[in-house]
Amino acid sequence: MAITEADVRHVAMLARLALSDDQVSALTAELSALLGHIDEIRQLDLEGVEPTAHPLSMTNRTRPDVVVQGLPRDDALRNAPDTDGTAFVVPAITGGGDAS
Amino acid sequence: MTALDLSALSARQVRDGIAYGDFSAREAAEAAYSRIDALDGDVHAFLQLTPDLAFEAADRVDAARAAGEELPPLAGVPAGIKDNMNLIGTRTTCSSRMLENYESVYDCTAVRRMLNAGALPIGKLNMDEFAFGSSTENSAFGPTRNPWDLERVPGGSSGGSAAAVAAGMVSISLGSDTGGSIRQPAALTGTVGMKPTYGRVSRYGVVAFGSSLDQIGPFAKNVEDAALVLEAIAGEDRYDATSATDAVEAYAAVHGEGVRGLRVGLATDILDAEGCGAEVKQSVLDAAEMFASLGAEVGEVALPSAKHGLSAYYIIGPAEASSNLARFDGIRYGHRVADAEDVLDLYMRSRTEGFGPETIRRIMLGTYALSAGYYDAYYGQAQKARTRIIEDFRSAFDRFDVVLTPTTPEPAFRFGEKSDPFTMYLNDFYTIPVNLAGNCAISVPSGLCSKSGMPIGLQIIGDYFAETTVFRAAAAYEAALGFDTTPPLVRGLAG
Repeated sequence: MAITEADVRHVAMLARLALSDDQVSALTAELSALLGHIDEIRQLDLEGVEPTAHPLSMTNRTRPDVVVQGLPRDDALRNAPDTDGTAFVVPAITGGGDAS
Repeated sequence: MTALDLSALSARQVRDGIAYGDFSAREAAEAAYSRIDALDGDVHAFLQLTPDLAFEAADRVDAARAAGEELPPLAGVPAGIKDNMNLIGTRTTCSSRMLENYESVYDCTAVRRMLNAGALPIGKLNMDEFAFGSSTENSAFGPTRNPWDLERVPGGSSGGSAAAVAAGMVSISLGSDTGGSIRQPAALTGTVGMKPTYGRVSRYGVVAFGSSLDQIGPFAKNVEDAALVLEAIAGEDRYDATSATDAVEAYAAVHGEGVRGLRVGLATDILDAEGCGAEVKQSVLDAAEMFASLGAEVGEVALPSAKHGLSAYYIIGPAEASSNLARFDGIRYGHRVADAEDVLDLYMRSRTEGFGPETIRRIMLGTYALSAGYYDAYYGQAQKARTRIIEDFRSAFDRFDVVLTPTTPEPAFRFGEKSDPFTMYLNDFYTIPVNLAGNCAISVPSGLCSKSGMPIGLQIIGDYFAETTVFRAAAAYEAALGFDTTPPLVRGLAG
């Protein structure tokens, strides 16, 4: 089934992608073509078939309730684009605050 | 110059040669880097070389031997690691601008186990960005070339892992397989590649693509080496709650056992799939005949839902990927734009700048399939089709021990030949159903295409946790066929 540029812009917002007009136009064509190829899946009669989310039948597995060392803070921060040495630094999320 | 030639030795022979004192682990590492110097300018299998780590590991092996200690199964064996697996002391880029400078802060369990078995970490290997692709053309750092023909792709997404083994730069390597990303490049480069049963190998420390599909597995020049690597890396892991608790078997011990009485099913109903070349089809028929001549009981089997695998996979895979890749937000790691206006702007522009075109395409497709109004029509249907594929395999393994198909519909193609995304996706037609069902499969070389001279791969599929049976069948076939895994490029070096 064909999808529109408006669909692509909507999905891009859901996926947190800032697409240019050119990207929107290209993806509209590409995704329409891909959906055309896989459209057969919608036509299959699968009434009453149980869906599979995971290949192995596993139930919740827990580990022993013992304290173990997690990732040290310095390691967790090592690849962050911006930190203050103890935490990740992000732009203000609520109004009124200073960005740093 | 008495340099070691890794193309002429199996991993087991490298390990045993060191144990017997024929050469040192340091010499094995030197052989790897010397081959890389000679060929990797053309092949571009490696993104990063790690000689400090490799020689340190080699010196430990040599010291252990000097001290008279028993050497572990992969002692001194040069090994490559796909660049979506973490190893402290290396960057883990996933061939993406997003993670170009990402330094590993912990070790992937499979990598750690391979190194604990004595393997030498030679470097990190090229791949399609975040493992999205079948040719390595989607790497942000340039494609890898096929050692059998530098004008052709090595397959993907683990193209670097396959090419490095094919070119004798390493004896073994690790790849990951979500829809065929180990088996397809193995087929295209004349190497052996194994996707274990889902959960057989811990996924801890491999950057997630499709969490219900991903498995780490080995590349090697022969079946026995692949089995040795799987023995080393398989098993339960406290860091991966989906890792299987089943005992790890002595996979390499089945070498030479033969296939007398083994029930081999030939998947005849999918041999005429779109793009399946006449020679590829013939090579599977020949393989079935060879199994019969070796004493196996060969019969025909149908996998009627396998043809829906591609559609189901291109919904489920992107859906899981779009969810997994939500973590790349420019906050904790990865690319971040410098001049964000607010946090939403930071997320959106950092992601768009950091991800390449195929990654964006997959995220968009997956997000669409999961979005309100389309979830039942696409994702729900795909999950039900997945159940049908599982039922196909279940009934096949009621009657047979292994099932034969081609690994890919055709041998290695030229760069740029598959610019339409779906044409590229078709390359994984035979491998995808195995990921959806979660069982195990291997690709072994089955000959050369008479027109292009490129390798063809046979896929041998086994039931859940039937790795031992798959290795047994593959080893017998390999021995009977006698395929020379050395590409012309490497033979040229010897002169």
